[in-house]
Amino acid sequence: MTREIAVVAFARTDHRRGADELSEVEMLMPVLHEVLDRTGLKTADIGFTCSGSCDYLAGRAFSFTLALDGVGAWPPISESHVEMDGAWALYEAWTKLLAGDADTALVYSYGKSTPGSVRDVLTRQLDPYYVAPLWPDSVALAALQAQALIDAGDTDEPALAAVAARSRGSRADAAPQGDYVVRPLRTGDCPPVVDGAAAVVLAAGDRARELCERPAWIRGIDHRIEAHALGVRDLTDSPSTRLAAERAGAFRRPVDTAELHAPFSSQEVVLRKALRLDDGVRVNPSGGALAANPVMAAGLVRIGEAAAGIHRGRSDRALAHATSGPCLQQNLVAVLEGDPR
Amino acid sequence: MPEVLEAPLVVEFPFTRSLGPVQSAFLTGLRERVVLGVRTGDGRILVPPVEYDPVTAEEIRDLVEVAPTGTVTTWAWNHAPRRGQPLDTPFAWALVRLDGADTALLHALDAPGPDAVRTGMRVRVRWAGERTGAVTDIACFEPYDGDPAQPSGHTGDFENPVTGIVAPARLDYTYSPGRAQTDYLHALSDRRMVGERCPSCRKVYVPPRGACPTCGVATSEQVDVGPRGTVTTFCIVNIKARNLDIEVPYVYAHIALDGADLALHGRIGGIPYDQVRMGLRVEPVWTEGARHPDHYRPTGEPDADYETYKELL
Repeated sequence: MTREIAVVAFARTDHRRGADELSEVEMLMPVLHEVLDRTGLKTADIGFTCSGSCDYLAGRAFSFTLALDGVGAWPPISESHVEMDGAWALYEAWTKLLAGDADTALVYSYGKSTPGSVRDVLTRQLDPYYVAPLWPDSVALAALQAQALIDAGDTDEPALAAVAARSRGSRADAAPQGDYVVRPLRTGDCPPVVDGAAAVVLAAGDRARELCERPAWIRGIDHRIEAHALGVRDLTDSPSTRLAAERAGAFRRPVDTAELHAPFSSQEVVLRKALRLDDGVRVNPSGGALAANPVMAAGLVRIGEAAAGIHRGRSDRALAHATSGPCLQQNLVAVLEGDPR
Repeated sequence: MPEVLEAPLVVEFPFTRSLGPVQSAFLTGLRERVVLGVRTGDGRILVPPVEYDPVTAEEIRDLVEVAPTGTVTTWAWNHAPRRGQPLDTPFAWALVRLDGADTALLHALDAPGPDAVRTGMRVRVRWAGERTGAVTDIACFEPYDGDPAQPSGHTGDFENPVTGIVAPARLDYTYSPGRAQTDYLHALSDRRMVGERCPSCRKVYVPPRGACPTCGVATSEQVDVGPRGTVTTFCIVNIKARNLDIEVPYVYAHIALDGADLALHGRIGGIPYDQVRMGLRVEPVWTEGARHPDHYRPTGEPDADYETYKELL
């Protein structure tokens, strides 16, 4: 039996630059309360809980178990965790609901990037034999991809500046792009380092209609991965994104909105190409990851923002994308729709 | 609200990793100044070589020597090198397709400035003076305008091949314990133990973490607990911990401080280890300059009745 599953509520932090005075659970808890309040549900009403986070970000071992304090996990709840962006936690919860094991799910993710140096922390996810010993930081790898795009004639520095300015809600000629971080990428092309959290509630069928006036139905969702060696890939394209989008049904009908998880301005160029988005599609009305990139939550935020647009009646069919790894290595695409108005 | 505490935190670990046959040959080759690739089923040569075909997942073992000269396929100028990176002066990151290879290798390119680097430029390997069988045996690439070097046709068989690498890693953090634990630590410096009460179930947590794990709500009402408490359960430690100057055997115990609904743990002293028991009444012993109690010792009171602490086991 195929079940219809929808995002029925979304909440996020305002992605402050640093949440120094707060522990991870203290930062996360208000977001959990907000998303539950929107549906009127309590922890005990939730069928399945799934979270995404990474201990390396703040250097705290098993931080996700402490974060569960904010959920209220006693008596024991049905719960799981992925050491990935919350978008992949949502994927796990979606399969759980599809299988009929639960009717509702709470999905959340959080990341505190400010206690460490996220550029260096992210080197630890690379090939440990050939790449990680060189400590190529996340900006350097994105810059190699950006230069490849420039060499291929897919973009140039002014075009990248325009992506950055649009994402941050400023005029291209008014927004300073700043100095090179790793050339050709400037400060404005790179995501701000922030702490943040996000949460969504999923529900199946009639339960979704009870909990939300206009549920954002997940019509399809899929995730794919590139070969891990950077030198094997064509960095100017993202075949894994295109394949995930195809499997998620994104190309069956046009979308009106796309929330793309492009932490670097140049990566939006790759994703637009891979997803064949034309100028009629609103891209990242939320500002995307260039406005706020809470690592481990920014992908879930894309799905949440796309769903919130449908909840509010601003969108009828939206694409949400999440990424993980260097140079868009892993990509998840979800297609969301509202009921006809 | 008192100042939020923070402290430097260094997470440092050496990973010892074993190598598969292709990785072993490649890294041993670098030690011997030989660059090896691997041939895929459709005839492409991958450098750096992998053990499985990235397209078909087929096991691949056919090693082929390639030249130490090649062409830059993309690059990025790094004006501010970071710890651990191949060069400590400004350099270009580059993907380099070596002559004879179909894929590119990531490394540093030593060049005078960004104007001296372009995609398509010719480069060659600069070998490290001391080589151990690691990717850092290539010190970096350097500009090169000669002909492609001719590989000697090495088969990948070496004396004393490397079978593993040790990859050290170090990450630096500024640790902040958050609001609730900061308050707890501040109180400790006045030799007070302060828990927090859940507004919903009324339980008092010590040390507080800012949330009630049962109710999932924020705790904020501060409650003084202790200083006396009851041993709820304990173990006898017989193995001396490194860097810890405590004679074994000693007792490590869960202690429910008076007024707390969660036991914390501490060492029990001032009593022979084999006389510690559940229900023993204890109090903290503070030492000069330490934030936490050094240990807990018997108060001399009669033992607590089991009924009074059975919920805290």
